Amino acid sequence: MSYQGKKNIPRITSDRLVIKGGKIVNDDQSFYADIYVEDGIIKQIGENLIVPGGVKTINASSYMVIPGGIDVNTNLHMPYMGMTPADDFYNGTKAALAGGTTMIMDHVLPEPGSSLLAAYDQWRELADTKACCDYSLHLDITRWHESLREEIEALIKDKGVNSFLVFMAYKDKYQCTDSQVYEMFSIMRELGAIALVHAENGDIIEEEQKRLLEFGITGPEGHVLSRPEEVETEAVYRAITIAKQANCPIYITKVMSKDAADVIAQARRKGMVIYGEPIAASLGTDGSHYWSKNWAKAAAFVMSPPLSPDSSTPDYLNSLLSCGDLQVTGSAHCTFTTAQKAVGKDNFTLIPEGGNGVEERMSIIWDKSVATGKMDENEFVAVTSTNAAKIFNFYPRKGRVAVGCDADLVIWNPKGTKIISAKSHISVVEYNIFEGMECRGAPVVVISQGKIVLEEGNLHVTEGTGRFIPRKTFSDYVYKRIKARNWMAEVRGVPRGIYDGPVHDVTSTTKAVPSTPSSRGSVCPGKAQMVPVRNLHQSGFTLSGTQMDDHIPRRTAQRIMAPPGGRSNINSLS
Amino acid sequence: LSHPLHTQLSDRLHIKGGRIVNDDQSFYADVYLEDGLIKQIGENLIVPGGVKTIESHGRMVIPGGIDVNTYLQKPYHGTTTVDDFYQGTKAALAGGTTMIIDHVVPEPNQSLLTVFEKWHEAADNKSCCDYSLHVDITRWHEGVKEELEVLVQDKGINSFQVYMAYKDLYQMTDSQIYEAFTFLKGLGAVVQVHAENGDLIAQEQNKILSMGITGPEGHALSRPEELESEAVFRAITIANQVNCPVYISKVMSKSAADIIAQARKRGESVAFGEPITASLGTDGSHYWSKNWAKAAAFVTSPPLSPDPTTPDHLNALLACGDLQVTGSAHCAYSTAQKAIGKDNFTLIPEGTNGIEERMSIVWDKAVAVGKMDENQFVAVTSTNAAKIFNLYPRKGRIAVGSDADIVIWDPDKTNTISAKMQKSALEYNIFEGMECRGSPLIVISQGKIVSEDGNLHVHQGMGRFIPRKPFPEYVYQRIKTRNRVMALQGVSRGMYDGPVHEIPATPKYTTPAPSAKSSPAKNQPPPIRNLHQSNFSLSGAQIDDNIPRRSGHRIVAPPGGRSNITSLG
Repeated sequence: MSYQGKKNIPRITSDRLVIKGGKIVNDDQSFYADIYVEDGIIKQIGENLIVPGGVKTINASSYMVIPGGIDVNTNLHMPYMGMTPADDFYNGTKAALAGGTTMIMDHVLPEPGSSLLAAYDQWRELADTKACCDYSLHLDITRWHESLREEIEALIKDKGVNSFLVFMAYKDKYQCTDSQVYEMFSIMRELGAIALVHAENGDIIEEEQKRLLEFGITGPEGHVLSRPEEVETEAVYRAITIAKQANCPIYITKVMSKDAADVIAQARRKGMVIYGEPIAASLGTDGSHYWSKNWAKAAAFVMSPPLSPDSSTPDYLNSLLSCGDLQVTGSAHCTFTTAQKAVGKDNFTLIPEGGNGVEERMSIIWDKSVATGKMDENEFVAVTSTNAAKIFNFYPRKGRVAVGCDADLVIWNPKGTKIISAKSHISVVEYNIFEGMECRGAPVVVISQGKIVLEEGNLHVTEGTGRFIPRKTFSDYVYKRIKARNWMAEVRGVPRGIYDGPVHDVTSTTKAVPSTPSSRGSVCPGKAQMVPVRNLHQSGFTLSGTQMDDHIPRRTAQRIMAPPGGRSNINSLS
Repeated sequence: LSHPLHTQLSDRLHIKGGRIVNDDQSFYADVYLEDGLIKQIGENLIVPGGVKTIESHGRMVIPGGIDVNTYLQKPYHGTTTVDDFYQGTKAALAGGTTMIIDHVVPEPNQSLLTVFEKWHEAADNKSCCDYSLHVDITRWHEGVKEELEVLVQDKGINSFQVYMAYKDLYQMTDSQIYEAFTFLKGLGAVVQVHAENGDLIAQEQNKILSMGITGPEGHALSRPEELESEAVFRAITIANQVNCPVYISKVMSKSAADIIAQARKRGESVAFGEPITASLGTDGSHYWSKNWAKAAAFVTSPPLSPDPTTPDHLNALLACGDLQVTGSAHCAYSTAQKAIGKDNFTLIPEGTNGIEERMSIVWDKAVAVGKMDENQFVAVTSTNAAKIFNLYPRKGRIAVGSDADIVIWDPDKTNTISAKMQKSALEYNIFEGMECRGSPLIVISQGKIVSEDGNLHVHQGMGRFIPRKPFPEYVYQRIKTRNRVMALQGVSRGMYDGPVHEIPATPKYTTPAPSAKSSPAKNQPPPIRNLHQSNFSLSGAQIDDNIPRRSGHRIVAPPGGRSNITSLG
């Protein structure tokens, strides 16, 4: 790398940069051109650019220039039993930048029952003072009740949040019933938000946990034994069914198993608007380590849904990511130290959940997908950056190298190799779940907001430089199809004459409403069943034989008024 | 047929010249019946003189049909079905079905035992053919376990149905289903599931009613087939966790059937699927009929699928073994009873006919078109049911020692289904006008001719209760093996003796009382950051790094999943 003028000082404050000789890679095409960056924005792209004198020049020849990565799933402040993750917004975003990720989307996790807005403010304050890269926030809905609607509307209108996570697991804590999920999906659709789903069947998990603990299994292997992948798959399937009824787009966070990914792929084939997000962990490693003899090592892998013990899972998920069946990648970075994990040393259900991945994500995907020939460089950009920007509605500000876009850029060396190790990673935890993995593909220079934050292996970051990126609702990428369906999918009744035949008198005896549960199967003296009223069939009203509409052939056109994506709610979107 | 006296209920019968069709093979032989049992099979049988002889002229002699799903006494808002045990079993016999298994449906607050006795008594007094009973568990609670034990051990019941639909009425949560499966498996019972997502149905019903749709089409619109397949998927998932066999009653849609087939193919589940006469013979297009009463006649749950290719698909899966048994879910409410819901489809009592038509419809749709052979026909109409519900080989087979429940079947005789001709007390028939190839010529129940050329010779109370033992081999052999080979195993490792983070004494996340209003955010305690300075290191080499990943240790479970530990013996 050569410099014109300014010397390399720890924090480059220069607002102007020229990147020369690199291959620009977007999700749709690659081409050779120079880039001129000023005031944090890409100002010019082309050859022989006319730029002011004395501008710092970066020589990117033989490298790629790609849009900075967007990590759609981090938990840098997830509270657990009074603890918070070891990597906070500062460490976490530092690690992100070191790995070529220039924007994160963190999950706000309020206490069940507490105010979403208050939790949002708390997260904003923490992130504004600590984050080193741009960030945005998802809101996790930890307990649903009708009055949350106001808060959700406020978050959408005034706070720039357009995505909300719904939990199908964590019974008696965050878990929602199917009815609640349906209500939330309906509201999300109405407001134009993205419904994120944590898909695991919490009821089954709880039963399995009880059974395993009773059986005397207390180690981390109990975590994966109590959450077999069918439990994830089942919940994904159910979430899709509910979303289809509500005509709501959905987004499955943390796709961890082959079956779950398959269910998403199938639903897309049937026309659902659905997105799936595998994470660095599920793309890079598997769940065999839960059986490690080393408790602390096994515990380091505890996350939910768990990593699948099936060692062919990472390959499979990388393949689906390459062919577009899965669309985005996150890290679900949520790190607890071994001492923190050891809170659950005698009971796996108490181990705080989460693994690392914010730093490794880009390299792991390059290594597992691109270097092996599954994926091309353009698709790499799509799944690490562009698709996320489109889904969450900050495209083309992020996720593309084009004039006018934010200058979040990565100069990527496809040939660089790096061995992942806890000794050299930025995260403050003492383990790395990818320990010893050799990855092809690494960032050489990382530029965030037009400033160089990584070069020659040195990070130049400042706490609090990250900006909050607000997001609008009704992202085109997600909602265009939903709108079209809403308009088409009106359900209609059949206009028919009033039925004027005999009507059976309903005796005012026991309606089949749920009776007050008597704790024991109290033997109530069997109420004498009414003698079946048998003379009804003597009614002169007959239906047998020819019907007045028999001459009309079955009208297939009228039968199903829904497009491939399913039937929709009528309160239309506009 | 040489008998002037149709009412004669001879104890001895000689069936000559027929082709015996079992589920495994067909062969020509004579059959001699005495005392309600098959005594001899072969050629040139030596039989007592003066025995009544039936010349079957090469027609098929098949085991009488077993209808695994009927509702002949189902109460609804103080009324009950118009086909009771007398009327219903008469229709069954007329159609070639010689045994039914009826569902006992207690109100959620009633004792299972009491209601069971009531059903038992009614059926004993009225039924014309042998019968057995399933008991539906309409509410799950601790006290029900004792009753289930009594039913299994003393009352001859080995099958129970749980409901995933009918919210706030019969519906169980996933946790309850898990518990119920675990418990019923321990008893060796067959777990039947009514699979529909009741939460979503309730939502859709509200939505559709609020749109002003009140007619029977609302029934189908509020219960799209995805809600059925979702519940089937979930039921199978739960059953796999518990290593419990699962039986889906009333398979009504292609997607639900496909999920059962997939689960069987993966070898993880012992799953059975039961399509019914209605789903095999017709479709849900009639919900849109302009004639309210006609549309209402089709109201059943799960509903018939509006997809007209459904019957063909289900017949195909039945033919290839992906679905195993057929029932009718016969539950007959008159039009006047259905009209209770004339202004609100959610009040229409649910149920369709099919007990009389079942055998002919399966023959016509599956055998006559070449999808299925005669042996598989016997399997899906009789033998498989007998095996699953532990009646085999007493029922479901033509063999020496088996009950003399026999049908002489004419594959060429065609019949046009019509409400005018049926034995049911209903004034309509959902298969009205359907022409079916294949129908019974003579029906023999308990060794007696009960139907001959469409004339019935029956009287109330002839039918016997057939008790069934738990742990049917056909269902439980694999479960037992899996239980053995899938024992759980923890990892034996040394005690973790590294540093442990001290948890501040803040409350655990027990659910705080739901405050409708938002409470001011409790300030999160500041993160305790010095923990990572512990010198305990995990990075780099581990003591077990030299051992390659032990795939053998990884999954202590065979393809079928993991098992319960309380072994079945």
